Amino acid sequence: MTVASASGNDAAQSRPVPEGHVRLTIDGIEVDAPKGELVIRTAERLGIVIPRFCDHPLLDPAGACRQCLVEVEVNGKPMPKPAASCTTAVADGMVVNTQQTSQVADKAQQGVMELLLINHPLDCPVCDKGGECPLQNQALKHGRSESRFVDKKRTFAKPVSISSQILLDRERCVLCQRCTRFSKQIAGDPFIELLERGATQQIGIGEQQPFQSYFSGNTIQICPVGALTSAAYRFRSRPFDLVSTPGVCEHCSSGCSQRTDWRRGKVMRRLAGEDPEVNEEWNCDKGRFAFRYATASDRITRPMVRDTDSGELRETSWTEALRRAANGLLTARDSRGVGVLPGGRLTREDAYAYGKFARMALGTNDIDHRARPHSTEELDFLGASVVGTGPEDGVSYSSLEAAPTVLCVAFEPEEESPIVFLRLRKAARDSGTRVFHLGQWDSPGVEKTTDIADSGSPIHSGGLLPCLPGGEAAALYELPSEVEQALSEPGAVLLLGERCAQVSGVYTAAMQVAERTGAGIAWIPRRAGERGAVEAGTLPTLLPNGRPVSDSVVRSGIEQAWGVPEGSLPSIPGRELDGILTAAESGELSGLLVGGVDPDDLPDPEQARRALRSAGFVVSLELRPSGVTEHADVVLPIAPTVEKSGTFLNWEGRPREFEITIEGTGALPDCRVLDTLAVEMDVDLFTQTPAAVAAEIRRLGANPGARPKPPDIPAEPVAEPVGDKALLASWRHLLDNGSMQHDEPNLAGTARPPVARISPDTARRLGIEPHQPIRVSTERGTVALESEIVEMPDGVVWLPGNSGPAKVHGVLGAGHGTVVGLAAGPLPPPGGGPKSPEPAATAAGETVSAATNGHGANGHGDGANGHGDGANGHGAGGLGAAGHGPNGKGHTGTDGGVA
Amino acid sequence: MGMTDPLKGFGVTLSKMFKTVLTEEYPEVKKIPAPRFHGKHQLNRHPDGLEKCVGCELCAWACPADAIFVEGGTNTDDERYSPGERYGFDYQINYLRCIGCGLCIEACPTRALTMTNEYETADDNRQNLIYTKEDLLAPLLPGMEQPPHDMRLGEDEQDYYVNGPELARGQGVPDGTTVETGGEEAVR
Repeated sequence: MTVASASGNDAAQSRPVPEGHVRLTIDGIEVDAPKGELVIRTAERLGIVIPRFCDHPLLDPAGACRQCLVEVEVNGKPMPKPAASCTTAVADGMVVNTQQTSQVADKAQQGVMELLLINHPLDCPVCDKGGECPLQNQALKHGRSESRFVDKKRTFAKPVSISSQILLDRERCVLCQRCTRFSKQIAGDPFIELLERGATQQIGIGEQQPFQSYFSGNTIQICPVGALTSAAYRFRSRPFDLVSTPGVCEHCSSGCSQRTDWRRGKVMRRLAGEDPEVNEEWNCDKGRFAFRYATASDRITRPMVRDTDSGELRETSWTEALRRAANGLLTARDSRGVGVLPGGRLTREDAYAYGKFARMALGTNDIDHRARPHSTEELDFLGASVVGTGPEDGVSYSSLEAAPTVLCVAFEPEEESPIVFLRLRKAARDSGTRVFHLGQWDSPGVEKTTDIADSGSPIHSGGLLPCLPGGEAAALYELPSEVEQALSEPGAVLLLGERCAQVSGVYTAAMQVAERTGAGIAWIPRRAGERGAVEAGTLPTLLPNGRPVSDSVVRSGIEQAWGVPEGSLPSIPGRELDGILTAAESGELSGLLVGGVDPDDLPDPEQARRALRSAGFVVSLELRPSGVTEHADVVLPIAPTVEKSGTFLNWEGRPREFEITIEGTGALPDCRVLDTLAVEMDVDLFTQTPAAVAAEIRRLGANPGARPKPPDIPAEPVAEPVGDKALLASWRHLLDNGSMQHDEPNLAGTARPPVARISPDTARRLGIEPHQPIRVSTERGTVALESEIVEMPDGVVWLPGNSGPAKVHGVLGAGHGTVVGLAAGPLPPPGGGPKSPEPAATAAGETVSAATNGHGANGHGDGANGHGDGANGHGAGGLGAAGHGPNGKGHTGTDGGVA
Repeated sequence: MGMTDPLKGFGVTLSKMFKTVLTEEYPEVKKIPAPRFHGKHQLNRHPDGLEKCVGCELCAWACPADAIFVEGGTNTDDERYSPGERYGFDYQINYLRCIGCGLCIEACPTRALTMTNEYETADDNRQNLIYTKEDLLAPLLPGMEQPPHDMRLGEDEQDYYVNGPELARGQGVPDGTTVETGGEEAVR
């Protein structure tokens, strides 16, 4: 941007206008702006802030609120009326006068503000937005101090639950349509709309159709008034006594930057942070609302050991617990060895400590963080083509946006990595990217990235490439020529999801497609810690930073760096997770060290439980009681993400560092606990703090040796289900039974209802009516769910992975591509099956009941109405002075006073 | 030293015996401070007993000593503590920090928080000087009912806020009593 004063010298005047730019004058300042830029944006770059409500840089311009009126002169002729600067594009020779230099613009803005406030209830003292409200601030700055309106204000019932989480207060709404535009344009969930016309125009939802969206929380954040609020944060606190700490979301591998607002040692809410490279300004509802697991009442805060007499866990001192753990692990190591299962939710630093602990203290490569179905092929793929890549040299969010074609292989972006989904949708909408999905049915995520009809001419591109579950690899060898061609365009990308590990040969096939077409390839795990753990070396074949275990040269490099004698690190690749569990079950391993692992996430939960039972000695590092702590001999408490620092690597391999949000809780990160445990075992890990670990990882540098060989596994033929059998297709919903969504009833109400999906043909064959319950069974158990008939391959049934009663691993012991029994029929009587059907009813019913009678406080106005104005003034005025200062910290005195 | 000096001493004593005594007989005789003295706070009630506090935290915001902690809560039709949607779920004033400036009173949008003339805020431990909602709420006067309960006065909100005090008279609130000054007026 170049700026010159309008009264400047001739040299400035004669400066040529750069290519693709126009020259205009704003408030007497001459400025060159790119063609098509909006006046409000150009003014912003000059530091001239024009008040606005509807304008948002990531949404299409709307010109709905009219607050940004400015005086415009084009070609020397003034426009007859002030124009909305958020919809006016810059033009050559334009002269713009904002409220700073033009009386007309200022008066127009004041008039609009007066009109906007006519029906506004001015209930700022009871409004959650009070103190951080653009309407409050701009009313003080650009409004009149007194209103001339004397009549009765329009009133509505308030608040209305438009989902179990989102509450709508129509009185406060200024009809800027940011929420509806976000839902339509960005998220693709147009379940919130403008209703009625004229004076009764209002935001609302359809009858029987709650505002169901994984991104609904963003509408709260971008609402410029308090019209949309969340049930979870309702009346919890005020912005001025919250301390805002930047952080990184721990829920999935998208790596969203976020802002955590907390007071008195407790997180009050989380907001999307701004990172144009990653999440732009958005996040998903799971990242926004699921944080209370860290303050759950059953959180483990003291070390526990199993009492030798009673066999129960009892709390004890760190000294005793560490001694017991160290002695037990030493005995087990010297007997037949210990397996390590860190889980996929660790920071890179914590994972590194696990890897170092396994190799140095336990002398084993039996370590695998993949607490989910996995395969050796995946392991080889990770070593050959994932580890060591980053956003600079691999696939990144921006390369997704620029890609001509994206093929999602066994990857459900909306459910598994919501921000990747948003980026794919943006790419399809704005840059014409064709998104293909190799999957089973036209899921909402598929639809919203291939079929976009929110504005202008509808876009239909890309689409679903249906295949049988387990047939993904074969399908990759027989891609339609159209897709093959599209992938050959430079910049095309293949995205591989977590589910690939359940399909034999798919990594090999994908790498061949990538080689054939020149497309980029990226692996998008579901959990936040997986990518970092791959780098940190918590895999049986990989040491830190992608060094292969079997390469003696790089191994000796690591030995040197870790200060251990030459040849002392184990040289044989270890067992994978299922191998570790089998060995523990059969007694080939005599101990287990387990991090954040839920047995029900594992491919065979029963075997996992048996292994935990029969392993001689089990140490668990956990936040809350789990299926592992049930069998653990020693339980060591560790810090949740909010109480530790560290780095997550997102799927791009981009380091997402974060600092401690809530200090002084006394909770220790895994790396510190493992370091102390190792000292007890006479080994020095030097992983006391995440910072120390990060420095060590940096010092180690990239793998100096060769990458391991890529996998070469042929595609396996898909099993042919006969009779009443079907192939199971399954992936997890974003919002499900996950343990990190504990104690979030409002969030759970916005989850997708669990249903079983089958094709019309399959339904006919088995005599299943739509919405009738069907039973999916294996020899392990039965899941009964309402059926939904969708277009999908015949002989296939789809179940959500872990929603309501549908626990594909936990109850069925099955996975994606398994043959299961399928039958029409009612739910089994309570107690009859291994899992009673009640949770289904509750889970499905919650949405409805919560949406209709969730917050019964409607109808009564609020006591503060009459006094609102005064408080408004006070509130907004104070914001400037108080801002987000760390006031909350000063409350030590009162702290003691609360029970 | 002169001969009369010892007598002079007695003279001082004698003369003081006939002057006004400045000694205050506290705590036997309590001094009544000026009417607008900034004493202990009080959380007022509506004439039917509902709380006036809406938990807006403006008092906490205004407080220069960071002595006030408030957390709001949601009223439901079944459990109503104040008219409207929001009430003060948790309310604490830390008198170890309070400087009695009264900015919180000015900030209060509902006149829920006022100051009484009660000045005896001393104790022998710090814990007791953190006053909670129970300690601060105004006493229930005749005609008032312990919340939670419905809005008792009038047909609608207009009635409740505008005519509430009048309607309350009919329900047994004595003349001359206003809700805002209930407690300490009664003491005086």
